[in-house]
Amino acid sequence: MAPSPLTGEPASAGQPPWAKALDHRDRGWWSDFAARTIVWLGGMSAILFIAAIFLFIATQGLEFMRHRLDIGAMLTGARWEPTVEPPVYGALPLIAGTAWITGVAMLIAIPLAFGAAIYIGEFARGKQREWLKIGIEMLAAIPSVVWGVIGLHVMKPIIQDVFGVQVGLNVLNAGIILGLMAAPIMATIAEDALKAVPDSYREAAEALGATRWQVVWKVVLPHARPGLSAAVLLGIGRAFGETIAVLMASGHRLMVPESIFDSAATLTATIAAELGEAAVGGDHYQMLFVLGLLLFVITFTINLLADWLVRGRRKSA
Amino acid sequence: MALHSRTTILSLPANATPAIEIVDLSLWYGKFQALHDVDLVIRSGIVTAMIGPSGCGKSTLLRSCNRINERLGYVTTTGTIKVLGHNIYDEEASRMQVRRQVGMVFQRPNPLPLSIRDNVLFGHRLHAVRRSSRADEEGMVEQALREVLLWDRVKDRLDRKATALSLEEQQKLCIARLLPTKPSVLLMDEPCSALDPEATSAVEDLIWDLRGNYSILIVTHNMAQARRASDECVFMLMGHVVEHTATERMFVAPKKQETSDYIEGRFG
Repeated sequence: MAPSPLTGEPASAGQPPWAKALDHRDRGWWSDFAARTIVWLGGMSAILFIAAIFLFIATQGLEFMRHRLDIGAMLTGARWEPTVEPPVYGALPLIAGTAWITGVAMLIAIPLAFGAAIYIGEFARGKQREWLKIGIEMLAAIPSVVWGVIGLHVMKPIIQDVFGVQVGLNVLNAGIILGLMAAPIMATIAEDALKAVPDSYREAAEALGATRWQVVWKVVLPHARPGLSAAVLLGIGRAFGETIAVLMASGHRLMVPESIFDSAATLTATIAAELGEAAVGGDHYQMLFVLGLLLFVITFTINLLADWLVRGRRKSA
Repeated sequence: MALHSRTTILSLPANATPAIEIVDLSLWYGKFQALHDVDLVIRSGIVTAMIGPSGCGKSTLLRSCNRINERLGYVTTTGTIKVLGHNIYDEEASRMQVRRQVGMVFQRPNPLPLSIRDNVLFGHRLHAVRRSSRADEEGMVEQALREVLLWDRVKDRLDRKATALSLEEQQKLCIARLLPTKPSVLLMDEPCSALDPEATSAVEDLIWDLRGNYSILIVTHNMAQARRASDECVFMLMGHVVEHTATERMFVAPKKQETSDYIEGRFG
């Protein structure tokens, strides 16, 4: 048999001479295997934790939800009185409070966030742009309790003075605080959406005589719309889930608010305020978990929708 | 195919206002000087090709003629460029007005992600004081698409996305959308380099057809293209204009040693 041109050894019958080398598990193979396993575990853990949390919340409230809760009455009941006898679990004040505050928050956050994203993405240049981006990231990193303190001690007297109202902790206050909290994240996502618009589109429009603003308005924004919608949805998700700042700024009044100057309570704040006092395993305790489940489902849906918007668009483009 | 020779010389009065008159133009990207004291007169109504090795400044020069260069924040320009007698670097000259007079076609076809119709009307709508009637717009679309020989192929799908067209059709559309604002000069930056040979020949034919109505300045890497599809030729090297003459003369009897070296493929 002819010797192999590579190794000089005679090739064994049926197997090329390098077959053995391919199967050799050396250090490189093992380190690759270990690294792959570790990152695989990291990736899987995301799904695992989500599933575990969902199961935990669901099982804690399941027994009460199945046997002693009228879900229709809960969603529409206007009285939340868990500590009177007999207790009434109407979640409408909490749902309405959350909706009001989130609505006001978005009215404030959307113009701020989009303005910032458009300025940073389309107009600012060089150093200024970098500084602004750092500023926004730092704004996003401010702990929510700090925002709560601002609501409690800065916004409250301002609202009382400006609008001449008795109560400064109300839907407006919490909405402003939440809007300011959600804006940085929304701005970051919106800016990513603008950045994803190919520069050749801007160049083409400018070469046709468009001003910078016309380029933004007629080309960039329409093309970035799915990403911008996702930014809004994630901002809503953020506003929905925020707890401590809202608890501090909203006045936490368990009634359906009738104007932005009424105090209000949200789903999250109620859970945070009451869970510590509810007897573990009791109806009240389980009811709070049902609220948690409701929150989970809402934010999950919002996030899924945002994800679908971004992904669906990318596929079609 | 585009192999037939195009030696028809347009009989234009030599004293007509030049399409573009570049005087003493220098340009810097930051500290790097890309153009050195360029003087160049582009005659109106003909196709002028700019050739030269990569980095010689031909695209930079082209992109100065509609000030699209200024999209980069770090560009400094001195000197003047006159388009039909008006200095486009005057303080008062509005960049947007300049770009209406001077259309540009890019290397990669870059239709906007809009419908075919909206692409054709985009430039017009930017500048129109009031929105034109639907009939006027339809007329404009048809005329522009007919001019680029695209009408029969796309007339039934004007509402489809322009980005779904073939590259050749996209590039023709990119030419068509310049026409409704009635520009006098068309700048083309290697307009065929992303196209296959057949599409190249189709677009070259189109450019040749447009000459006369428009003054066309075209940058090309492809010497054969410059030779078959231009009336005059400009050879650039290291940010200088080395030679500017009739195309036949440049390819048969160049005056400068660098030109003949480049044409014969000794460098570049």
